Amino acid sequence: MGTAPKTAAPAAGRAATKKELPEHFKAYKHVWVFIEQERGQVHPVSWELMGAGRKLADKLKVDLAAVVIGPEGEATRSAAAESFCYGADLVYMVADNLLADYRNESYTKALTDVVNTYKPEILLLGASTLGRDLAGSVATTLLTGLTADCTELDVDADGSLAATRPTFGGSLLCTIYTLNYRPQMATVRPRVMPMPERVVRPVGRIVSHPLGLVEDDIVTKVLSFLPDRDSAKSNLAYADVVVAGGLGLGSPENFQLVRQLATVLGAEYGCSRPLVQKGWVTSDRQIGQTGKTIRPKLYIAAGISGAIQHRVGVEGADLIVAINTDRNAPIFDFAHMGIVADAIRLLPALTAAFRARLSPHSRDRIAS
Amino acid sequence: MHIVVCIKQVPDSAQIRVHPVTNTIMRQGVPTIINPYDLFALEAALELRDQFGGEVTVLTMGPPSAEDSLRKTLTFGADRAVLLTDRFFAGADTLATTYALATAIRKISTEFGAPDLVFTGKQTIDGDTAQVGPGIAKRLGLLQLTYVAKISALDLQARTIDAERRSEGGVQLLRTRLPCLVTMLEATNQIRRGAMADALRAARAPVVKWSAQDAGVEDISKCGLRGSPTIVKRVFAPAARSEKAALIEPGEQPAEALIDAIFKRQPTLETELAALARGY
Amino acid sequence: MIEEKFDAIVVGAGMAGNAAALTLAQRGLKVLQLERGEYSGSKNVQGAILYADMLEKLIPDFREDAPLERHLVEQRFWMMDDRSHTGLHYRSDDFNEEKPNRYTIIRAQFDKWFSQKVREAGAIVLCETTVTELAQDAYGKVIGVRTDRADGEIHADVVVLAEGVNGLLGTRAGLRKRPTPDKVALAVKEMHFLPRETIEARFNLKGDEGMVIEAAGTISRGMTGMGFIYANKECISLGIGCLVADFQRTGETPYGLLDRFKRHPSVAPLIEGSEVKEYAAHLIPEGGFKAIPQLYGEGWVVVGDAAQLNNAIHREGSNLAMTSGRIAAEAIFQVKSRKDPMTAENLSLYKTMLDQSFVIKDLKKYKDMPALMHTQSQNFFLTYPELVSKAMQNFLRVDGTPKVEKEKTTFKSFIKARSWSGLFGDAFRLARAWR
Repeated sequence: MGTAPKTAAPAAGRAATKKELPEHFKAYKHVWVFIEQERGQVHPVSWELMGAGRKLADKLKVDLAAVVIGPEGEATRSAAAESFCYGADLVYMVADNLLADYRNESYTKALTDVVNTYKPEILLLGASTLGRDLAGSVATTLLTGLTADCTELDVDADGSLAATRPTFGGSLLCTIYTLNYRPQMATVRPRVMPMPERVVRPVGRIVSHPLGLVEDDIVTKVLSFLPDRDSAKSNLAYADVVVAGGLGLGSPENFQLVRQLATVLGAEYGCSRPLVQKGWVTSDRQIGQTGKTIRPKLYIAAGISGAIQHRVGVEGADLIVAINTDRNAPIFDFAHMGIVADAIRLLPALTAAFRARLSPHSRDRIAS
Repeated sequence: MHIVVCIKQVPDSAQIRVHPVTNTIMRQGVPTIINPYDLFALEAALELRDQFGGEVTVLTMGPPSAEDSLRKTLTFGADRAVLLTDRFFAGADTLATTYALATAIRKISTEFGAPDLVFTGKQTIDGDTAQVGPGIAKRLGLLQLTYVAKISALDLQARTIDAERRSEGGVQLLRTRLPCLVTMLEATNQIRRGAMADALRAARAPVVKWSAQDAGVEDISKCGLRGSPTIVKRVFAPAARSEKAALIEPGEQPAEALIDAIFKRQPTLETELAALARGY
Repeated sequence: MIEEKFDAIVVGAGMAGNAAALTLAQRGLKVLQLERGEYSGSKNVQGAILYADMLEKLIPDFREDAPLERHLVEQRFWMMDDRSHTGLHYRSDDFNEEKPNRYTIIRAQFDKWFSQKVREAGAIVLCETTVTELAQDAYGKVIGVRTDRADGEIHADVVVLAEGVNGLLGTRAGLRKRPTPDKVALAVKEMHFLPRETIEARFNLKGDEGMVIEAAGTISRGMTGMGFIYANKECISLGIGCLVADFQRTGETPYGLLDRFKRHPSVAPLIEGSEVKEYAAHLIPEGGFKAIPQLYGEGWVVVGDAAQLNNAIHREGSNLAMTSGRIAAEAIFQVKSRKDPMTAENLSLYKTMLDQSFVIKDLKKYKDMPALMHTQSQNFFLTYPELVSKAMQNFLRVDGTPKVEKEKTTFKSFIKARSWSGLFGDAFRLARAWR
């Protein structure tokens, strides 16, 4: 495995359920967050993780460090500076022009080198396409435990990271520990953790680390990059208001009713998984455990039963309003308010009513 | 050309139910299916095989019943199926799983020829973590291409592969060398239906079965529960919210009643929505 | 077209198809079995009761690894009106024997196990493959099948049609007629999940003991039909069915009937607190002996539900299916051993053997029952249940009325409802149809 340090497996026998941390792991300290940046943009999930990381570091009474990996220049420096505004005590930086485009080999080496040198006890990454490509390689290189797609992170009294995630297709939750290996790695999907407050702070201590590679060492080459057309992008994950539809709509044609209400509200629209599986709606609009996690101020779920797979994708919303004909639908267990009604009839009525309520005449009334 | 495709047999999560009393998963009667994401990987492999010639070997690690899934892949047209099954593999997390699979792929390499490509699906519907592909690549020293939407070129002489990889905000066109590991995105193709000849051949073909020892596992402590750095300590149902949804009476004007209730509970919403509606 | 030829092709992997394929394979014939469902059992719906005696003839040691739910120690017959039931119970510790005679099973699991045995015996089993039509030569002899897979025509010496009650292959090829609505029942069924201890407490069962309730009466709203409640290990199967013709006539729905059945005061407490795990519907042949079609022809035989072999009176279908499949296979094997062609004349051996078995003998015994039940459905399913209920209540209520008077009232109510001739007629007809 090349650069992996020698690790002694814990005492042979069944899986260790007690914490018996091998001696050489006891020096691993502090909470790290990988700051993901591509083409000059930091993925917001990195800041969400800084918020979560800060809480863990405070509980453990250790430092929170951000790991910034990217090309030399302004973008990487600015990402480092921003990290302090989101709570970093310290930034580790690997800046090298070979890191201009994401490639698995170079980024894996950069991150594992820094980990092996400075030894964090916890390493968090966002479960984005880049994060997932990177996390598995890093965890396997370090031969450590990785809990992916966590919905909750905490620390136990003995300092162990408690990572909770859905299991069995999302029907249940489980809490997973990496008791006797370091670093304890976890990935979290975008929007699962709340965006922390950004506080203006001066740039603090930055520890630079060399990449130690030349281009010829890296086999994979990036031939080109094709950006998505703007119109194709949806802002579903970050929208403040979302309207979504489920099987209760009955037919693909009725999904128009969801889009119409969304238009009047200036909202984004989405759907539950079955609609994507049936081909009624494209997969980028799927909300839920395997789709997008959203944290809007207002979420209207029309004709969605509220299975746990969907629930974990919307629980962070401020106000969840459910429309369903079945009084016993699980969605009413976690929605804030609901109405037992037929979405096919109620959606057009809501669209008209909202349009009237939010019209310029009404606007003047509100403003006064 | 030899391609190895790793698949997983998973419970059809749409049909999983939780025992109302003991809170455990009711697996009885829940049908198992091939992880749907793996079928995109398999079809991509079969298409390459049809184009360039060679063989597709399908590998899975699972209980003896996983043989059903493997047979199905043979009906789709795969040339060979290998089942890695042993009680020592039970309870494996990602690291232990990739150790076992990587070992099996090395054995496949000696028995049936070194693979030029290893395919996996993007993620599973039961674990959903998408980490096994990268883990296998790292252990076998393979280059990896994840989230591949399309394989645009393959040059067996020059030993290069070009692929379109989904990235944030766009698509990277990457070129790397064989052998490499590829995880395919969903909805990039559709698994073919085997012809009668394929179905007959599949029904008769033996599924190669390997225990940990057969596969050449050198260190059994790296497998299964023992080889898993992560352990599951608690399984639980999400706590029901203390208060369920406040149900609004539809009455004569259900839409208006609902809107009133929403704005009553969250007065700031009315101003915010008005602003949004105007496009500000 | 597939060049390779088989000795036999079995269409369908239900009870009859599996029994036929297993027997043929055990006898060393080259068998191909084609099932349209994703796996054997995926398209099958049954209560379900397994009859050990018949399965033993196919797999003597099935008890070792077959997925069995509970072995039956008690049977209850209920005659129900809207608020009551009058029952006849039989329970015996004799049924707690080393090799119990009847078990409840869950078809999806049982069929999978059964299909595995078929494969182990050497048959080739292809699922997700629908046979679209029979291949026939210029003289109309069946020479194979066509399927929905590419290049999917495949030939064999004989085709065993185990395609189920509504199978279209045989009817499309003109080998038999589709059953008419008055010869077929539509039954719906649910599986209700309850903790083991609850089931055992409610039905007074220990360990793997099981019980069965067969019910008839006003629950079918005057239509010809029956309901059932079976105890499995951790769930209860319950269902109800009536003749399709009756549903068409009355406009009632199967699910409406089931809902009422579940809410009946005798039934509701038995399923209280349960979680509904599964809902299924299925057609059941009800025509009896008189509805049995031509069982064999040039290059083909028909078995199981497709041959309308179902004893509705005793609610025995799966054992008839298994037995007819086995017997058909034995007949085919004998013809093959003699190196004779699979002509209609030679395959008539199947019918001969079937006639000598309990299958035809039982169906013959009850050949007049279906018609009787149907024409007298008002009486048997409405009038009598109500009369009996009133009579029982009258008998059991202690209210100071002298017993002689009570008996007179009851007697008079029967005469009034059915008249002397009606009563005697019913008794006579029932006795005759039963014999």
